[in-house]
Amino acid sequence: MSDQSNLPASGDGAGHSRVPEPLEDQDVAPGLPAHVWRPTDVDPKAEKRAERQVAALFIFSMVCAVLFVVAYFSFEIGREIDTFLGFGASNLFLGLTLGLGMLAIGVGVIQWARKLMSDVEIAELRHPAASSEEDRETTLKALTAGLDESGIGRRPLIRNTLLGALAFAGVPLVVALRDLGPRNMSASRLEKTFWMEGMYIVRDVLGTRINRADLEIGDLLNGEPEGLVPNSEGHLPAPIGPNGQELRPALDHEQLLIEKVKSAVIVLRMSPGDIVRNPDRENWDVDGIVCYSKICTHVGCPIALNEQQTHHLLCPCHQSTFDLADSGKVVFGPAGHSLPQMHLAADDEGYLYAMGDFDEPVGPSYWERG
Amino acid sequence: MSTTSKVADTNGGTAARSGKPSKVGAAANWADERLGLAGLAKKNLRKVFPDHWSFMLGEIALWSFVVLLVTGVFLTFWFNPSMTEIEYQGSYAPLRGSYISEAFNSSLHISFDVRGGLLLRQMHHWAAHLFIGSMLIHMMRVFLTGAYRKPREINWVIGVLLLTLGTLEGFTGYSLPDDLLSGTGVRAADGFVKSIPVIGTYGSFLLFGDEFPGHSIIPRLYIIHVLLIPGLILGLIAAHMLLLVYHKHTQWPGPGRTEQNVVGFPMLPVYAAKAGGFFFIVFGATALMGGLMTINPIWMYGPYDPTKVTAGSQPDWYMGWPDGLLRIIPGWTEVSFWGVTLALPVFLTVILMPTLIITFLILYPFIDNWISGDKREHHLLQRPRDTPARTGLMAALVTFYVLALFAGGNDIIAIRLDLSINQITYFLRAAIFLGPILAFWITKRWCISLQRHAKEQALHGYETGIIERSPDGAYSERHLPLPDAKQALIVGRERDQLLELEPAVDKNGVERPHNRKERLRLALNRFWFADNLQPPTAAEIEAAHHHHDGHDGHELEAGAHDDDRDALVKGH
Ligand code: FES
Repeated sequence: MSDQSNLPASGDGAGHSRVPEPLEDQDVAPGLPAHVWRPTDVDPKAEKRAERQVAALFIFSMVCAVLFVVAYFSFEIGREIDTFLGFGASNLFLGLTLGLGMLAIGVGVIQWARKLMSDVEIAELRHPAASSEEDRETTLKALTAGLDESGIGRRPLIRNTLLGALAFAGVPLVVALRDLGPRNMSASRLEKTFWMEGMYIVRDVLGTRINRADLEIGDLLNGEPEGLVPNSEGHLPAPIGPNGQELRPALDHEQLLIEKVKSAVIVLRMSPGDIVRNPDRENWDVDGIVCYSKICTHVGCPIALNEQQTHHLLCPCHQSTFDLADSGKVVFGPAGHSLPQMHLAADDEGYLYAMGDFDEPVGPSYWERG
Repeated sequence: MSTTSKVADTNGGTAARSGKPSKVGAAANWADERLGLAGLAKKNLRKVFPDHWSFMLGEIALWSFVVLLVTGVFLTFWFNPSMTEIEYQGSYAPLRGSYISEAFNSSLHISFDVRGGLLLRQMHHWAAHLFIGSMLIHMMRVFLTGAYRKPREINWVIGVLLLTLGTLEGFTGYSLPDDLLSGTGVRAADGFVKSIPVIGTYGSFLLFGDEFPGHSIIPRLYIIHVLLIPGLILGLIAAHMLLLVYHKHTQWPGPGRTEQNVVGFPMLPVYAAKAGGFFFIVFGATALMGGLMTINPIWMYGPYDPTKVTAGSQPDWYMGWPDGLLRIIPGWTEVSFWGVTLALPVFLTVILMPTLIITFLILYPFIDNWISGDKREHHLLQRPRDTPARTGLMAALVTFYVLALFAGGNDIIAIRLDLSINQITYFLRAAIFLGPILAFWITKRWCISLQRHAKEQALHGYETGIIERSPDGAYSERHLPLPDAKQALIVGRERDQLLELEPAVDKNGVERPHNRKERLRLALNRFWFADNLQPPTAAEIEAAHHHHDGHDGHELEAGAHDDDRDALVKGH
């Protein structure tokens, strides 16, 4: 290439290394090979055959399109679905007819190109990506002239205030995004859940309270606070405490999912002797019944898999494993801190309730968690 | 066998037939009088595109994106991106009567109550896999063959951005049906965002519009998925294509192919027909996949419920590698100090690592250029073996990727192979560091020995396996010269240039300090190129030729080939 920019640089302005010039002529490659004729170029019969093949593919494609329409209207979907070899017949035949029809067009066109269109390779000269020296100079001149006439170099006051104005012009756009979030974006919101002192634990689907006598050793239940499981009419009840007092008004259905995420718990009974006694959690269990947040402290999957003998609980998402006999400590995996535990109590009839909200935030870690 | 030693340099081939003005001509006239496009079209209608199977990978990506657009538009007609809960009354009996979001409801409606709806959904999902997969492999092709070098660095950067956007597009789309699996993904995304130091909590509030899950995430992901990202992708694809046309496609070294020309088929008709036909093949293949292979059966997962999860929850494969890193990093990397928490196990693996890798990929052409000190334009591709260190780097990246992907499926591997998940994790914690290093080293050595073999063949011909006995009883193996195309691949490549430090004192006697950066550059340059074998020079080939003249038995000297080799040695 004759263009200067295309020659190996001898010396690099910024650094001190340079590329030496190539030592010898290395252009030893052979030239363009001669064209080889295809059967379709020299044999009219082969040419005709190829032509018919291509046309046949196109006709087949038309047939497929028609069959698609037939399949669309003749197979039932929904409740009385037609099946074929275990597939949904509609989906299967729509896919087959559409797919084969399209493939036939594609194969046909490519076949046409390969067999019948000219297969003489041609060569074209490349040009360096850069414009010519002349063009560059002209452009540079135009640019300089334009900038000169604007006086942007001579009037720094205007230039700088303009830059400032443009920077500030972005501010409204960014600020207007603020209300993507709720008014209150305080991290302290993440510290509280629906739980409060005296709130009964109910089964997550049925919504019935849990009696200590219902649980055998080794049993595990999924729970929610009373008030987060809709009753048979689909309404959320107001949670009632052990003394019959209403703990808080019934929750708006809108908020249900948000509260449910943070409040889900698991209740597990083990033999009291298995529990590793932690001085500040002396009697958080009720006869070996312990209660922990169900939300993994890693990135928040609900934890599901219980290993009976070890009281280890495994998160199916990234396999963090927590020891429920030992304050929910992480024994394996990527979770960074223990599962929050709930201080449990039972009323006179034996129904389990919470002695208060969790004493640490549930779910994934965040900056302000502390 | 005949040889043309001429390097073609003009558009030739068949002569254009002249005739009376055709209908096409009249239409073209009409358009040109209004649009004046003839000037542009004259250069491009017969633009030359070289042919090679590996150039098709990018086409698969392009066409699968078109399939995504077409099927995606159809899906928007029925999909309702709302998180409002309603009672399901559709055709899928097991879920009838349960309360689900409008998004999940409409996804079920598309799957069960719209004819062809399931096909469209499945085609859309399969095409997404194809889109991201083909972009990834296309990028590897460009990397391994050096097609990103000057003047194509910007197109490489655009490509990396496309891959990144494609992945995000995949993730947002995966989340839309609001089934249990996608909800689990969104839940994890909340944890990812929260792990970002200082601003993570705000990020989560802003993204979800409230505490997770809020009521806005599905409609927001929807508009990102159908408008924002596709718009960006379309714009970048347009730029990618324009640059491709402007630079003209790279080509493999071969007979008659040089840095100064491009040899192949003209855009009209052959390339247009092949590329256009290929669109229908990609479309047809996705339709067949959609008809025959179930993908993402959301009805089996059920609606999202933040207290439920399915065992073996997996993201789509392209999110698998960060997910794998997320699984094997030990939890003790989470630290708390001064009243704040650094959720490093999450932040390092799913936020920082992908950012670093994308940044590295974006910068790679410039790093590569800095190491080589090469300012030339390059249009001939390099064989992976001819750049042992770079190929080794790709091997290291692939090894890292695959190990991380394995880690992402560690639970499934554990169950299938009946291994302990803990042991797999411990193994992978070490392998993720050692594997890539090992892969780099092995690949680099392997490439160099392939180079040695190639050079041997270029000089002395290839071994035919025919043993001959000479009249005086000596045995020798018959060697034949390589076919032209192969020979050109070996001798036609550029030689590597080692950088040299300029003398410490310049010609005026002024001392020139060699700074650290320069020394690093030099060391990398040596590491990158010093072990490589260089292609044979004309003189070496000449010498080898004479060597064979002296020892008859060593090589078959078929008369016709003498001329060939002369032509080859002299170049033209
Ligand atoms: S969310 Fe439980 S281990 Fe990641």
